[in-house]
Amino acid sequence: MGGDLNLGAIHMLKLLTKCAAIVAVGALGFTGALVSQAKADEPIKIGTFLSVTGGASFLGDPELKTMQMFIEDLNANGGLLGRKVELIHYDSKTSSEEAGTFVKRLIFQDKVDIIVGGSTTGNTMAVIKQIQKNEIPFISLAGAGVIIDPVKKWVFKTPHTDKVAVAKIFKDMKSRNLSKIGILSGNGGFGKSCQKNARALAGSAGIEILADETHGKGDTDMTPQITSIKSTAGVQAFLYCGFGAPTSIVAKNFKQLGLTIPHYQTHGSASMRFIKGADGAAEGIRIPAAALLVVDQLADDHPQKAVASAYKAAYESRYNDSISTFGGHAYDGLLIATQAIERAGSTDKETVRAEIEKTNNLVGVDGIFTMSPNDHLGLNEGSFVMVVVKDGGWKLSQ
Amino acid sequence: MLAEFLQYLISGVTVGAIYGLVGIGFSIIYNSSQVINFTQGEFVMIGGMATVSLISAGVPMPLAMLGAVALATIVGVALEKFCIEPSRNAPVVTLIIITIGASIFLRGTAEVLWDRNFHSLVPISGDNPIDIAGAKLLPQSIWIVGSLMVIVCGLWLFFNRTLLGKAMLATSYNRLAAQLVGIEVRNILLLSFVLSSTLGAVAGILIAPISMTYSTVGVMLGLKGFSAAIVGGLGNPMGAILGGLIVGIAEAMTAGYISSAYKDAVAFIIILAVLFFMPNGLFGRKVVEKV
Amino acid sequence: MNWRQPHTGGMVMLLAVMAVLPLFLDNSFQYEIAIKVALNAAVCVGLNLLIGYTGQISLGHAGFFALGAYSSAILTDRYGLPPMAAMLTGALGVGLLSFIIARPILKLKGHYLAMGTLGMGVIISIVLNQEADFTGGPDGMSVAALTIFGWEPVTEFQWYWIAVGFLALCVWLSLNLINSPVGRALRAVHGSEIAARTMGIDTTHYKVLVFVVSAVMACLAGSLFAHYNGYITPSKADFFYSIELVTMVVLGGMASTFGAVIGAVVLTVVPQVLTVFENYEMMVFGGVLMGMIIFMHKGLLPTLSEFIGKRFHEPDKR
Repeated sequence: MGGDLNLGAIHMLKLLTKCAAIVAVGALGFTGALVSQAKADEPIKIGTFLSVTGGASFLGDPELKTMQMFIEDLNANGGLLGRKVELIHYDSKTSSEEAGTFVKRLIFQDKVDIIVGGSTTGNTMAVIKQIQKNEIPFISLAGAGVIIDPVKKWVFKTPHTDKVAVAKIFKDMKSRNLSKIGILSGNGGFGKSCQKNARALAGSAGIEILADETHGKGDTDMTPQITSIKSTAGVQAFLYCGFGAPTSIVAKNFKQLGLTIPHYQTHGSASMRFIKGADGAAEGIRIPAAALLVVDQLADDHPQKAVASAYKAAYESRYNDSISTFGGHAYDGLLIATQAIERAGSTDKETVRAEIEKTNNLVGVDGIFTMSPNDHLGLNEGSFVMVVVKDGGWKLSQ
Repeated sequence: MLAEFLQYLISGVTVGAIYGLVGIGFSIIYNSSQVINFTQGEFVMIGGMATVSLISAGVPMPLAMLGAVALATIVGVALEKFCIEPSRNAPVVTLIIITIGASIFLRGTAEVLWDRNFHSLVPISGDNPIDIAGAKLLPQSIWIVGSLMVIVCGLWLFFNRTLLGKAMLATSYNRLAAQLVGIEVRNILLLSFVLSSTLGAVAGILIAPISMTYSTVGVMLGLKGFSAAIVGGLGNPMGAILGGLIVGIAEAMTAGYISSAYKDAVAFIIILAVLFFMPNGLFGRKVVEKV
Repeated sequence: MNWRQPHTGGMVMLLAVMAVLPLFLDNSFQYEIAIKVALNAAVCVGLNLLIGYTGQISLGHAGFFALGAYSSAILTDRYGLPPMAAMLTGALGVGLLSFIIARPILKLKGHYLAMGTLGMGVIISIVLNQEADFTGGPDGMSVAALTIFGWEPVTEFQWYWIAVGFLALCVWLSLNLINSPVGRALRAVHGSEIAARTMGIDTTHYKVLVFVVSAVMACLAGSLFAHYNGYITPSKADFFYSIELVTMVVLGGMASTFGAVIGAVVLTVVPQVLTVFENYEMMVFGGVLMGMIIFMHKGLLPTLSEFIGKRFHEPDKR
């Protein structure tokens, strides 16, 4: 081998040249082939890249379902500006590098008008440079505050920041006279970010973190970490930062170890999956979440009631699955985007961007959005509520 | 103090037993084919996910479990027939990549066929922990360790007392010689896949009440099972159990006493240390290289 | 540097393809794919030396790639080093690290070596994830722009030339290494290490050399990637990226430098094409991967060149 390939290699490389041509013109042009049509009957293109598979699929899966539902309903009602709306989607597989590539594909190959997506902070941060450089409006669905703070001209986001969630939890703890806590966090992006915020906010909130544990990706048993927290003297409350299967495992382990101190989790647990998976062990766990989670319990005159119940009903009947608040982020993202395009009267990027920034009192499922040049999130803590697991369901606390 | 230590030990042994169960699968297939089968973790996933979906379709739990094991076994047989056997003479790395391709395919299929959500199974005998000197032991842990013991005994009897088992061992020692004395080597290979996929599915069902089950549950378990098999010495199924226990206990103790952030790293450092001093694992046969 | 080497033809062809390719690329996205192909290919060329020529498996090369990426990111960001200096420091560090661990790790054989390198990669990945103060944790960190003696590549077009230039350099180095006495010794190691040792070849020395060379190539590719991408997360240190790299080498055809390049082309482009399958993407990808390797054990390049060789009745050897 090796030495005898020279001639073969030359032939191969000839073949490769052809292949490269085919690849360049053909395969990559797969989706971008329709560009030359006339502008008027061309659909408005909304691009998205979500973590449909990989580490954050619990976010990307409901987000994609929500977006597909939203766009279909929109088209059924006549589309936008008299044009059809097309959703172009790529699965980032929760890899930031893939996210970066797909954003370029959306911008240059598919020539989308606006991008709504990016399930995780890592995926979002990895594309911001491209977004800013190529000047395209972008609404992120990821948690961390760093996405919009400092404000970046073309970047907006819909979910509450992780910081708000932690602040909410700490406030709730203080109101119950709990100040010495133990934290367990997953070592993925979500858990790490929550842990970082908890460490940063603890001082000013009057909370003392006595035990600070971590668990790994795909871990099956967290009893050692929880035992370690249990045996730390003086711990008054427990906070778990993470998402997916570990949320239920932690709830179970916590109960098995006979711990009775107040147990908090984050909005990463805001899904019926968590309660079902924990199999009864989730009772009494408190989490901060968007009001969407307890929409049935909201007062009838609550401003979000109508929007949120409509979304919940549509999603649950269509997918035969319970809602999570993550799908809500995607819903709001599209709502802000489509309304901005509507107001702009065109898909001109700068005009649409300016209109997004002017979003005022828009009632979404996450909360009420009022954006400004200094605030590209436009949500306040008020639209976040504390809920507690009761009788196998969510119960509004307070 | 004692209560905590016991708790770490219980956790380590439970998790380690699962690593061991997955590890045995690696060892059995390695023995008969020198292939490292990276779909082993997917058998675990199929076991758990198929049980969950059968139960939700209204099948009673014991039947659902049997059905899931059967499904995993069929997948194992298909894998051997359509992927491994046509590639018998390919280099080892190539075979590894084929099994990795198969595992991606199976994971993709599971996400299409079932979903990307996580599910839990009801524990076989309840959720009420047993108190041992302040440490809590779950009935499911007893099931896991008990099943492991039964499987170990069964495998021992099989390999040492039955003709078929001895034929498998003989094939692993010397393939050509085994063929010469009339052992149908191809059937042995198939049998090793049957055994491994069955054991993987059993592990998947046993652990689902503790760890939940989801389409990617097999990824980390597969990796840990591979570590277990390597630490114990590849090709030695009993070694894989011990390897699993070592890795599991090391993880739990590190998480409890040293640093939970670096618990996986510490487990791998132990593995590397074992390999540096015993390059064939704890109980591996020394590979004699022929010139 | 012998122009009478048998591989010269292949090298000229490769350069020609690199030179002509921009004519077919018409936007930044297509350049991005070309750049990613080139950087992956560069890592594979190094990895192929190790896997294809010495028969040593490594499931940890993503670790070296990520170390390169992060040393560029951290040294420029936190310590204000100029990018080129950071890159060289990273390469030096990884060279040293790989030299230190090469001896104990390469003592392992076959699957034990796979486990050893896998463990090493996993440990690197965990450290990058955990040391959030330095690395930004799983969310990653942004990387300063590259400047080469005051010149800053901005467009994808400029980056394309940097990436393919780096790849050409790696290929050239690799071909020279293979056709040197070192290469012959390497092939002897692959054939039978004991026989080679009996013949008086210091096999460990050569294996260590190749391990270090391949680690440094991965590290430099990582640095370039980090600067190009402007952002880096620990997912590039992931075990799966290591597997992907090995797959590229195996798919292209082991012990063939151009095969490694072709493997990288296929495995970087195919996922972009498969996005049309949406939900079935992963399933199809696994199936395609399995199928290609089952039907072409030797890899794409050897299988195809055999096929072409037969069709045109051309002599295989010079």
